[in-house]
Amino acid sequence: MEIKDTLKKVRECVWEVPGGYNKSMRVPGRIYLNDATIESLEPGAIEQVANVACLPGIQKASIGLPDIHFGYGFSIGGVAAFSTRTGVISPGGVGFDINCGVRMVKTNLTEDEVKPKIKELINTLFKNVPSGVGSKGKIRLENNQIDDVLNNGAEWAVENGYGWDEDLEYLEENGKMNEANSDKVSEKAKKRGIPQLGSLGSGNHFLEVQKIDEIFDDKAAEIFSVNPGEIAILIHTGSRGCGHQVCSDYLRIMDKAYKNHNINLPDRQLACAPVDSKEGINYFEAMSAAANYAWANRQMIVHWVRESFEEIFNKSAEDMEMNIIYDVAHNIAKKEVHEIKGKPMEVFVHRKGATRAFGPGHKDIPKKYQSVGQPVIIPGTMGTSSYLLHGTQTAMEETFGSTAHGAGRKMSRSSAKKEFKGEEIQKYLAKMGIEIKATSMPIIAEEAPDAYKDVDEIIKTADTAGISKLVAKMKPLGVAKG
Amino acid sequence: MKTNTKNSSQNMKKFKFFEVTADIGYWAYGHTIEESFENAGLAMFEVMTNTKHVSPYIQKEITILSEDTVSLLYDWLSELLFLHDTEFIFFSKFKIEISKENENYKLTAKLLGEKIDYSKHEQLNEVKAVTFHLMEIQKHNNIYKSRVILDL
Repeated sequence: MEIKDTLKKVRECVWEVPGGYNKSMRVPGRIYLNDATIESLEPGAIEQVANVACLPGIQKASIGLPDIHFGYGFSIGGVAAFSTRTGVISPGGVGFDINCGVRMVKTNLTEDEVKPKIKELINTLFKNVPSGVGSKGKIRLENNQIDDVLNNGAEWAVENGYGWDEDLEYLEENGKMNEANSDKVSEKAKKRGIPQLGSLGSGNHFLEVQKIDEIFDDKAAEIFSVNPGEIAILIHTGSRGCGHQVCSDYLRIMDKAYKNHNINLPDRQLACAPVDSKEGINYFEAMSAAANYAWANRQMIVHWVRESFEEIFNKSAEDMEMNIIYDVAHNIAKKEVHEIKGKPMEVFVHRKGATRAFGPGHKDIPKKYQSVGQPVIIPGTMGTSSYLLHGTQTAMEETFGSTAHGAGRKMSRSSAKKEFKGEEIQKYLAKMGIEIKATSMPIIAEEAPDAYKDVDEIIKTADTAGISKLVAKMKPLGVAKG
Repeated sequence: MKTNTKNSSQNMKKFKFFEVTADIGYWAYGHTIEESFENAGLAMFEVMTNTKHVSPYIQKEITILSEDTVSLLYDWLSELLFLHDTEFIFFSKFKIEISKENENYKLTAKLLGEKIDYSKHEQLNEVKAVTFHLMEIQKHNNIYKSRVILDL
């Protein structure tokens, strides 16, 4: 029987992979898709949800979110939580780009003010925020400073003049995981990290100037301080070569560890170690350090974004009210407390291509957002809308407080390059009123909107299932890409 | 991107790219495992830039020790990526020797390349990491084939 035929509909947009599908499954799988998207899902991704359900100490369910697709070992758009006593921790459950994430900054500028200067603005952002293959930051860290970045994250950046004190309040984890220990990060990862701090990178990472186009929830929008017609900025990047190296290093270590700890795996890429083992503890501390690097990175970029706006609009960033709305991590593992079988329990939640979506009243979200739940930022693709949602109680109950993270590719990069020409895509976007600047034309072709799945469907599914609820839709005016 | 670069001396492709939805994969060929690994290195840099425009101005030597040939391939490519990222070099020529040392495999390599210069070198994809996904080394009719998938 094909794995798709075993799926049972739980309710609208929610499907179960029964625990009996594979004898080694310790919990069932749960997938959030609508009737249309379930048809186009690769069977390999469902198989991966079932494989993750076989790992020691997994709690409640192995979860596939509305943007689920095939990844290495763990699917992308997946969540798995493991007991902090009997469970495992796995670098494959986080991914290469540790703390890849999205940050949203508001302004009080309107489209009328920004539109005439959009070309100049994008060029200035492109100039002030380093991007592209192997992009180097503008600053040169002293050798020992990298440890401060890894241990202190965005706090380091603010202390060194990048951004405002109050920024920290509006970052997931306040931009610093306390478990970070830079001693557990290899010299290689530090060496890759030093020159790249304060850079956007390449691929699907971007910096976008957007207009708040539509509001779906007036009360939440007011609490998040987003007003229709105003301009916002979205920054999408992660921990650069530093995080990639941490993942690569620990994949090698875990590949030996799971054998030494006699863990049976259905797929070698699920390589993991018990949470209380030396390998498990070291990975978590190194991953936390790489996550801090990413928060520092986005913090520095915010600083240059503010400077760029000041340069173009001749006003201070404070006058333009360029506050951070929120910053979310969508590739990360965290120690969190969730209710399992009616009791609070500490678990290691792995979110790989998944956004935290904590609901109202959660202690870990900013005071200002307590009544509505945390902001959830889901970027679209170049030229399509992005969305702001809020976390929910349903997410707390069903998905360890998690929801989707983005569109996900449907076409390979090489097919996209055959199908589209960078120049044509650029012209097409220009016609729609979107200014784009990238390091090369092939990058624009690869990132063509049609090379990605429809983000609107993903958002609808998340909203219908209730694992996050729509607040606002943002339309791009200009994009700077690596 | 080229998918079918041929060796001038013999009628064998150096590498062939295949599609992976979010990333990119390739087979690297060789008459020996060494040649297959050399071509795996070249293909990775072909993902980042057009290696034809990379001149052999800088020489580096490296040694890698791994427990099996698949791990050796992973470690080899990861080391190249590390050197690229930290010393800002594109490599385009490789000479490898592999030997067995006790229980391990030892790879020594000479690398030739050039400092990155975007006025001369095309900027294509940034390679985040080498993956273990479907990584394998096959031998058919005296041709070695190494399969690699890169995370972009």
